[in-house]
Amino acid sequence: MASGVKPRVKVPKTAAAGDVVTIKTLISHKMESGQRKNKDGSPIPRSIINRFTCDFNGENVIDVTLEPSISTNPYFQFEAKVPASGDFTFTWYDDDGEVYKTSKSIAVA
Amino acid sequence: MGIRKIHPMAAVAMFALAATPALSDENANLVVNGEINMTVRAAAPAHMENVSEVQSGWLFRANETQQFQMDDFDNPGMIWVDKAAASWSKAEGSEDKSCASCHDDPESMAGVKAVYPKWNEAAGEVRTLELQINDCRENRMGAEPWKYTGGDMINMTALIASVSRGMPVNVAIDGPVQSTWEQGKELYYARTGQLELSCANCHEDNYGNMIRADHLSQGQINGFPVYRLKNAKLNSVHSRFKGCVRDTRAETYSPASAEFIALELYVASRGNGLSVEGPSVRN
Amino acid sequence: MQFTRRDALIMGLGAAAASVLPIQAFAAASAEEELAQFTGGAAVGEGGLTLTAPEIAENGNTVPISVDAPGAVSIMVIASKNPSPKVATFNFGPMAGSQSASTRIRLAGTQDLVAVAKMSDGSFVQASQAVKVTIGGCGG
Repeated sequence: MASGVKPRVKVPKTAAAGDVVTIKTLISHKMESGQRKNKDGSPIPRSIINRFTCDFNGENVIDVTLEPSISTNPYFQFEAKVPASGDFTFTWYDDDGEVYKTSKSIAVA
Repeated sequence: MGIRKIHPMAAVAMFALAATPALSDENANLVVNGEINMTVRAAAPAHMENVSEVQSGWLFRANETQQFQMDDFDNPGMIWVDKAAASWSKAEGSEDKSCASCHDDPESMAGVKAVYPKWNEAAGEVRTLELQINDCRENRMGAEPWKYTGGDMINMTALIASVSRGMPVNVAIDGPVQSTWEQGKELYYARTGQLELSCANCHEDNYGNMIRADHLSQGQINGFPVYRLKNAKLNSVHSRFKGCVRDTRAETYSPASAEFIALELYVASRGNGLSVEGPSVRN
Repeated sequence: MQFTRRDALIMGLGAAAASVLPIQAFAAASAEEELAQFTGGAAVGEGGLTLTAPEIAENGNTVPISVDAPGAVSIMVIASKNPSPKVATFNFGPMAGSQSASTRIRLAGTQDLVAVAKMSDGSFVQASQAVKVTIGGCGG
């Protein structure tokens, strides 16, 4: 289990119906690429977050497949449509089977 | 500034530093989250004889790197500020207290980072922020001290720095700290190691120039702890000093050593007038 | 099988070249394979896809990039000379406000960064950008 994994997400608190909003997501994760070696020369096995999704009220905004070339502490910025008030759910899938989730609400006037 | 005898090795090293015109964007200004105005250049403090303007390390970085620091959701360092904010309220130790028990919320620490390192009258010594944090942990919380350059400690210094962002660095250099400050100044200008380099050789004599592919800064520490792109994590002042000294191929001092405490005080004072930026983003 | 001296020489040089630059040889083949797998071998055009990356990466560990292709279904990014060239694939859903995304990537050395977009009509377009990756000076 990857330790100390913590997400940090920016979603505007409010929007007008039909707006397009910018979302920023960060998560702390080593993203062990599988390229590094231990002091004794043995390879350190790959252990990364391999998928990130964002849904709004259950509908998909973006679905990203990550490979070892994504930097430590993966960052994604993207845009989402906001037709009405609701919840954004963010999900990160770890090679080791862990799933990290967080969500943010947005209110549409 | 007197004429210094240039050691042959150092001369070779200095010729290797090619001259370069200017900073990435001389007129760039740093505003964080659209609201924290950072002072990234200021008139040099009176005690600096050879520098007329002090400049934040932010100015020496490429545009893309500069942008990382402009929004707290682009700045990866803020993840660890969040972690420290959680541990701020966590009761620990024999006294079952948290930082919040005495200090209210982290925002109440505004102004603290700006004046560290500083003299502690009761203890009769110059204290860095880390030393003070551990003093609180041991003596007020009855808790285990944190490792000086460990994650818990770095995160907490990032939190405490973050609430002082925009405020001018203002460390005292006289009174009870004076002898420590003088010691730090001596260390700053002393040539050491196989390459016979002092901090000043690079950071005072050659800031703005390129050292291989790196844009040399003034070596200011107003932005610490710093998230470095190179190791994708927060780095403390003493860790960086250790790396710098090692890079001149000298025997390095240890974090929390008297030498590094003195050096930190002196180097911090070279940034008096610049804004506290921590956690900053550098390469 | 009989080798002429010329054949033997060429094979020898090839082997020597491969042993000197093993990573490049494997990675180059792999990047093309990834591309072929994504496009199914279809023709790849240009235009309608913007790939933004710095000309000089201040540090190869964390390089900010972004892709933008209005009307795309998905965009794949490849770092041609990384040990494993595939970087990420962005798949856009119905709630996407635009078919664009930014991220931060690792680049093992100076190389071409390539993006390929699959458009909603099934066609493919690509864009590429050369990125110089430097080794720092002191403590770099």
